[in-house]
Amino acid sequence: MAELFELHDIEVWDGNMAASHALRQAQVDVVAAYPITPSTPIVENYANFMANGYVDGEFVMAESEHGAMSCCIGASAAGGRVATATSSQGFALMLETLYSASGMRLPIVLNVVNRAIGAPLNVNGDHSDMYMGRDSGWIQIDCYNPQDAYDMNLVAFRVSEDHDIRLPAMVHQDGFMTSHTAQRVKTLADDVAYKFIGEFKPMNDMLDLDHPVTHGAQTEEDWHFEHKARQHHALMSAVLPKIQEAFDALKALTGRQYNIVESYNMDDADIAIVCMGTSVETAEEVSNELRAQGIKAGVVGIRIFRPFPLEQIADVLKGCKAIAALDRSSPNGTVGALFNELAGALFNTGTHAVLTNYIYGLGGRDLTKSSLHSIYRDLQANAEAGCPTTSLQQFTGLRGPKLSFF
Amino acid sequence: MFQAKTKNLKNFSTSAERFEGANLLCPGCAHSIIVREVLNATNDNLILAASTGCLEVCTAVYPHTSWDASWIHIGFENGSSAVAGAEAMYKALKNKGRLKQPDRTPKFVAFGGDGATYDIGFQWISGCFERGHDMMYVCLDNEVYANTGGQRSSSTPIGASATTTPAGRISYGEKQNKKDIMAIMAAHGAPYVAQVAPNKWKDMVAKIQKGFATEGPVFINAMSACTTEWKFAPEDTIAISDLATDSLVFPLYEIIDGTKLNITYRPKNVIPVRDYLGAQGRFKHLFTKQNEYLIDEWQARVDAKWEQLQRREEACL
Repeated sequence: MAELFELHDIEVWDGNMAASHALRQAQVDVVAAYPITPSTPIVENYANFMANGYVDGEFVMAESEHGAMSCCIGASAAGGRVATATSSQGFALMLETLYSASGMRLPIVLNVVNRAIGAPLNVNGDHSDMYMGRDSGWIQIDCYNPQDAYDMNLVAFRVSEDHDIRLPAMVHQDGFMTSHTAQRVKTLADDVAYKFIGEFKPMNDMLDLDHPVTHGAQTEEDWHFEHKARQHHALMSAVLPKIQEAFDALKALTGRQYNIVESYNMDDADIAIVCMGTSVETAEEVSNELRAQGIKAGVVGIRIFRPFPLEQIADVLKGCKAIAALDRSSPNGTVGALFNELAGALFNTGTHAVLTNYIYGLGGRDLTKSSLHSIYRDLQANAEAGCPTTSLQQFTGLRGPKLSFF
Repeated sequence: MFQAKTKNLKNFSTSAERFEGANLLCPGCAHSIIVREVLNATNDNLILAASTGCLEVCTAVYPHTSWDASWIHIGFENGSSAVAGAEAMYKALKNKGRLKQPDRTPKFVAFGGDGATYDIGFQWISGCFERGHDMMYVCLDNEVYANTGGQRSSSTPIGASATTTPAGRISYGEKQNKKDIMAIMAAHGAPYVAQVAPNKWKDMVAKIQKGFATEGPVFINAMSACTTEWKFAPEDTIAISDLATDSLVFPLYEIIDGTKLNITYRPKNVIPVRDYLGAQGRFKHLFTKQNEYLIDEWQARVDAKWEQLQRREEACL
């Protein structure tokens, strides 16, 4: 039996430490991992818990991220709670197996501490890895600060392992900006956190020796389509209600309110910025400054990136006249992914809002308040004109001549 | 309960099946012989993995399965890690008292072809062996990417014609020597590493059982003659295997704890390598004036390796 870890009601944790404690409290059976900046401390903290008797599961220090996720898949199919962490290049190396995990309906929790993907090599936070995972069939939950990183891990285990879902879940936090920035985190006692997640209930477990199972069978054109359709169906229909249920339960337990779509100053907003990660809180601050000047500026934060809550987003944005989608990943040949999602969500809804796209913060470049003010000024002009007054896609915070497209 | 009968070939052939004959492997494929004998070498429950390859695509095509034991496939390179993960979960649940059948100790086995073992999956296997998972890895070594139509692997022997190293007007086929996977795996310090062949079935079963009795990672390199890519008649699988072991092209030996080497089969009459090569279509082009020198080189290499194995055995290193 693992030692009890006495926590204060409020701890000063960075995002990595918050995630590590959530893993510890979940009493994960197998963690198989490989270190990579900036997610390494999650694994190191966990190893420390293990070295001091605070966890009693197995800890496999794999030879690569691909090996780590492969072990996670084998462990999960064997029948128990499994989690790991990675970033960036490691995420890219893992990618093949991410599709295996979701296709085999294995509830693994993966902490992705978002980081740019080279070349050029870069260790800082952007959303390239998160975007790379967006078609992999995983639930993707986004965090804005260390408190989120703690709470969303608890939610991820609970939702992912639900027998109506059985899909793996990624919990994303911004590299360094969240992962290495210590803030106040309100904690749950070990037993309360564990109870919130619930006992792991195995299904089709290989270790049930009286009921052998075959995992990872081959299907060609005869069955592959049906399998993928069922997987998509589970993501589309079951996940958001279960997440809402978990958010409601978490609120009842802690008073902390999370939403499928986070909205701030949005009730009567004319103009809105839609973004992810740490940018949400910066944008909220700027919207407050604009509100003080009488400008009806709001912020929409993506909390659940997959399944993408098209209807909820459209509903939050329905009264807006101008909207900016902020993408922290190089779009490499088209509009940003978030712009695309919003366009998809808003099209056919009767909205006449002007939608534009900003690429920002690549490789950990700070998103400044002045950049956000400038974006809101563009939005204000778009709202007044009723049409785009700028290019559809602009780069913000970039040195050199202004870069824009479309 | 399964019965591991190894007294004679007749009762061994009628032992219970956990690997069903209902599969899509080619007639004459040695894979099915080896896999069946691995599974029948123990009475314990089995947790199995297969890397992508002939065995995998021929035994688990939805909605069918040939496996009456828990089995998992993820990808080409990671059968070893799949079983290692399952083994880690077994240890965790045992420690936490959550096993459904706590009185039983399953065996963990991963199968992979030589492509999945010598090439694409090597790093994963190396990781599993270095970490010391209690598992057996069985390489079904048919010296070629057979599942995808006969491309060369790093196990393909020099002079073989493979689809990516075809023999032609100016080429004699594969240019590199077969990788010495046995030495590499033994160098991991694995407690048990053995080379087996299905024609020497008693030797094979004895080694598999020794492997199952060993704690820690066990590597078995099983020669698996491939009727399709080696180009011989399906009914000749065992005869070709005999030529391989009796010519010492495929010597049978084991290495314990990375150091102690035992030769387990010494042919009474060693036959020329030429006879082994001549029985297979993949070496046909060697029997021409311009390529014949390669057969002599083959013989010299096999003689040198046999000499080296005997010196290693004597040295008790």
